[in-house]
Order: sequence, then structure tokens, then C-alpha cells
Amino acid sequence: MSTVAPARTPGSRKDGRSTASLQHRLAERGIDRSLLMLLPAVLFTFALFVYPFAYGIGLTVQPNPDVVEKWGGGIFANYVAFFSDPFFRDSVWITMRLALPAALFNVLASVPVAFKLRGKFRGKRALTTLLVLPITLGTVLTAQGLLIFAGRQGWLNRFLMDVGLIQEPFQLVMNYTGVFLSLVISGFPFAFLLISSYLSGIDPSLEAAATTLGASWFQRFRRIILPLLAPGLATTFILTFVLAFSVFPSARLVGDATGETRVMALMAYRAFGEQIDYPMASTVAILMGVIELAVIALVLLWRSTFYKGSTGGKG
Amino acid sequence: MAIQAGSFRTLELTDVGRSFGGHNALTDLNLTIRAGEFIALLGPSGCGKSTALNCLAGLLPLTHGTIRIDDERIDTLPAEKRGFGMVFQNYALFPHLSVEKNVAFGLQMRNVPKAELKKRVAEAIALVKLEDHARKLPGQLSGGQQQRVAIARAIVLEPRLVLMDEPLSNLDAKLRLDMRTEIRRIHQNLGLTTVYVTHDQEEALSMADRLVVLREGRVQQVGSPEEVHTSPVNWHVADFMGYRNMLDLEVASADADRVVVAGSGLRLRATAVERVAVGDKVRLAMRPEDVRIAPDGAAPAESIPATVAVVEYHGREFAVGVSTASGLTLHVRSDHAPQVGQEVALVVAPERALVFRSSLDAADLSEVERDLEEVRT
Repeated sequence: MSTVAPARTPGSRKDGRSTASLQHRLAERGIDRSLLMLLPAVLFTFALFVYPFAYGIGLTVQPNPDVVEKWGGGIFANYVAFFSDPFFRDSVWITMRLALPAALFNVLASVPVAFKLRGKFRGKRALTTLLVLPITLGTVLTAQGLLIFAGRQGWLNRFLMDVGLIQEPFQLVMNYTGVFLSLVISGFPFAFLLISSYLSGIDPSLEAAATTLGASWFQRFRRIILPLLAPGLATTFILTFVLAFSVFPSARLVGDATGETRVMALMAYRAFGEQIDYPMASTVAILMGVIELAVIALVLLWRSTFYKGSTGGKG
Repeated sequence: MAIQAGSFRTLELTDVGRSFGGHNALTDLNLTIRAGEFIALLGPSGCGKSTALNCLAGLLPLTHGTIRIDDERIDTLPAEKRGFGMVFQNYALFPHLSVEKNVAFGLQMRNVPKAELKKRVAEAIALVKLEDHARKLPGQLSGGQQQRVAIARAIVLEPRLVLMDEPLSNLDAKLRLDMRTEIRRIHQNLGLTTVYVTHDQEEALSMADRLVVLREGRVQQVGSPEEVHTSPVNWHVADFMGYRNMLDLEVASADADRVVVAGSGLRLRATAVERVAVGDKVRLAMRPEDVRIAPDGAAPAESIPATVAVVEYHGREFAVGVSTASGLTLHVRSDHAPQVGQEVALVVAPERALVFRSSLDAADLSEVERDLEEVRT
């Protein structure tokens, strides 16, 4: 007994439908079933981020009665309160005054260091490790270190006084300087690593070419390296700014939590932990995000004016 | 043509050397370059040709020696003050600047007045025929066009010397031929003095007035393309100049430069280039085009019997790979296509079969002399 299968043209069925696998046919419509594996992650994102975030925004428009009574503004009473009460309003300026200079310093200080560490030399690895090591330290450890090293009774002050260079100890912690130092210690390694990698993406022969064309080192930096590095600098600035803007532990541990380092994160914490005013705490947190986004948007806008193509020399 | 070459009489390299951490990348380069000359530095990778170029450009400091233009010492000048134009292998165009601005860069560094700058940039761009692309970024150009921009950028400064570091090696074969002509044309029109680094012997032979063949940081031979091509001084240069057949044999008899070499079942009359004595181990070098397949039936006395192994069609003739009874492989040319497996007799004119000493350490001898000299001084 033998049945002869009817001859078929490959790739088509009797009914004219494609013989391609389901996966293939779905792919033609832009559907990739393996993306279904992302589902658990998406669920978690919703449960742990999107929902709480939306809930927080919801909270901001459900102000406590006493806030409404004091500042008015109906459901927007929290926002009205934030911008009317100098105690809240000033924290924006206080945070900016810390985060902007710290981010700027980290970026600007990283450029020459990354530049110097670009070539090959003995001890490069050790030096790089040393510069990047603070990343591994937690903020609390950094703060603790700062207190021990730079506090009124710290090594630095004791040493300087013992040698007779100063009579009174320097006030380096529990104020603006302390927080600034802490932000530099934790932010610099990030900035340095990022800028190093951006710098290594610039073909060294570009500099050699500029040299043979008669450009001094400053002209080479100003006319060739800087324009090619600028988008990287902007990105690095954004990242270190965001890190610095949300400063919280060091503002409390090595800062002046009621005075010059009364940053927004502290204000949110205070509303949440001390006044048990969740709606107000959420408002501060949301406004933190809004202000960060505004700064990032400005920097990105500026960045969009730069040349952003290849920096590999072949154009 | 308004763009001109900067003028000088001679550029003299004396005992130029460069070492990297104890390794000599370049030793004792002595060379006098006359104005208007096109010099090619030729050698395999790692021979020190790029090191020599970078030393000339000032991108690498010298470890020994001096470089002078006329009587001015320039090896102590920083690269940006030498006023040489350089064309890089990867073009090294500034990716964020338009073609015009790339070309204008060097002039701006020299604070050339705006009106003159504009005029000179336009001329340089016209010279490399890129008028239609002046406002584009390098990334929007093809490889050949980028190469032209790099050349325009170097020559717009009217440099005393143009240095080119394998400028054609990133281009495809056809474009390479066109650019070769182009570079030669610009060189001749402007009377430029050019030092050109390449590993491609054909490129060097076709473009240069004089060739400098390097090996392991040492100069092997300096001469006109014809000299280097027809009378290489050692087997290394011969190897580089297309003497593809290299056989290790022994000298059977020697009468001045007329020698008979034998070994591996062969016995041939040949011409000794270096001094050899009977019994010396030597290297016999022959170009594929000098070894012919004898016409059918004819088996001249001094022929090499062999079996055809591979036949390739090369347009006008056939490149044939043959193997001898003792297993040596030879490359020869033939007007007709022999059958694979066919027994053939190969003939070569004794004056086209060159005999070199096996060891390149003729240099060794001079090294001893050099050491002695160092002791003396």
C-alpha cells in the first residue's frame, strides 16, 4: 500500500496559506513572542514604580485640611504652600546651590585628569583604581570618613594645629563644605569614568593631524577635542547633577540639616517623618523630579546644538 | 597655480634613530632629500617606515641623530612649528568640521587674513576637485573624497615637505590607482617635496623618484625605482621587489659574479649579487616573469624539470605554479595554458637569476664595525 502525496509547490499549501512558521508570520507583523518574557518585569514595574508614582501624584492633590486652611488653593494647596512658604521655597535654591557647582566641578575636574591618564604609563591601573575606588564606598562611609578626617577634632585639623599653621580648627564639616566634599568624593569617580571613555573614543590621530597643521596644545583642545567631547560632557553633567541633586544622607550627616544644606530631599523626609504629612512629602518629591527634569531638558537642548557624529577620525 | 611648495635646497637626515623601550624601531637612517623629490619609504609592517615618518613630522622625538633643512636644525622644533603637511592613513579629518573648515584649519592656526584664507582654501579644494562638496562634513564623503580632503588640508599650507603615511591603503583597488595618479599629478604641478610611506612595492615604484627600502629599522637599499627593481642588493629587497621564487641552494662553482648553484636536485647558472664562495649557502631569487616554460619537446641543458600544479588566468598570460621533483614550489609565467600534471622544463636566463647570501647579516659585519667605531669615539 502506498499513497503518493500530491505534488506541492514548496512554501505554499493547498489552501494557499504560507507554510512559514507562526513565529515567522508574527515577526512579519512586528510581533516577537519572546518579548512575552518581559511580562513579569513589566508587572513589577507597574506594581513597584508606576502605581506608587501615580499614587504619590494623587496624594499631592489631596492636601491635609490644615494646609488648605493656611495657604488656600483647594486641591493644589500643597503646591501653593511649597512656593509661598519660604521655608520650602528656599530649599530649591539650597539644593541647586549644592548640586550645580558639585556637578560642574566633577565634570571640569575630570577632564584634565582623564586627559592625563589617557596615555600608557607605568602605574596607570593603580592610579585609575584609586580614583574610582570611592564609587564602592557608601555615602554613609564617606560621611563617616569625612567626619574623622576633616572634623573639628579630625586628623587634618589636629595636624595643622600641631604644626602651628592654624590656631582655630577649620570648619570643614557640618556645613556646606562638608556636603560639597562628600558630593565630589562620590560623584567624581562617575564623571571620571564616563569622560575617560568618551575621550578614548576620540581618535588620537586627530590631535596629531592638528599638531602637524600648526595647532598648539590649547588650540588642539579648544578646536578639536572640546567640540568632540562636548556631548559627553553634557551627558556626564546630567548624571552627576542628578546624583548630587537627590543628596540626602550626607546633607544630614556632614551638613547643616536645618541651615545651609536644608535640601529638598531633607524637606520631603521632614514632611514625611516628622510632620506625618504624606501629601506634602509627595509634593516635595514630585517637585524634585520636575526640577531635575527641567535642568536635564535645558542641558539636552544645549547639547542638541553640538556635533554628535563619529569621533573615530574617518568622519 | 597659486599654491606653491615652500622652498629649501636639501633636507638631511643624519644617523636618525628611534627606540621604544630598548627596541630599536629605526637605526642610523641617513638620507638627503632634495627639494621637489618624491621619496618612498618601503618595507613590510614593523620595518620602521612609519616611525621614520613620525620622527620627520615631529610626532615622535628622535633618540639619535639630527634632521636639518639647509642649515637649520629642525629635529628640536615641535611638530606644530615644522610647517610640514601630513596625510594620515585614516585621513584624520576633523569630523565636526566641514570640508572647507578642515582645509582652513591650518591657515587659521597661522592667522592668515580672512580674504587670503578664503582664496587659498578655494584653490586647494579646486585642486582636489571637491568644489561641490565644500560644505559637507567628512562623514558624508566617500573614502576617496576624504582622502582628497586630507591632501588638500596638507598642501594648502604650502608646506616645505609633505609626509604621507600609507594614504591609499584604505581605498579599494581601482580608486587606489586613480589616487596614485592624482597624488603624482599634484606633486609634479606644485613641485612638492614628498616623503611617502607604503608597503606596496608597485605604489612605490610607480610614484617615487627614489626608494628607501627598510627592514627591521635599517635601510637596506636606496635607489631609483629602476635600480631597486632590477638590482636589489639582498634577498630581502629582492623578495619585496617581486622575486617570488626563493630557493635555498649551495654554490657549486664561482667565477666572479658568474656562479653555478646546486641543490635539491637542481643545477643552474646564475648571477651573484653579493660576494659568495664555493660551498656557501645562498638564496637564489627569480621573478615569476623571468622563468619561462620551454616550448614542447625542447629540453635545454640547464632547465628545471617540474610538474604543473596550478594554472591561473591573469588576462594576458597565465600564472603557473609548478613543483619540482624534490618538492620545491615555483611560480612561473606562460603564454599558453599548460595542463595540470603536465611535465614541463623551465628555463631562466642566468643574468635574471640572482644569487644572494642566505643570511642578511651582512649587516652583522657592519654592526661589528659600528661597535668598534663606538669604542673608538
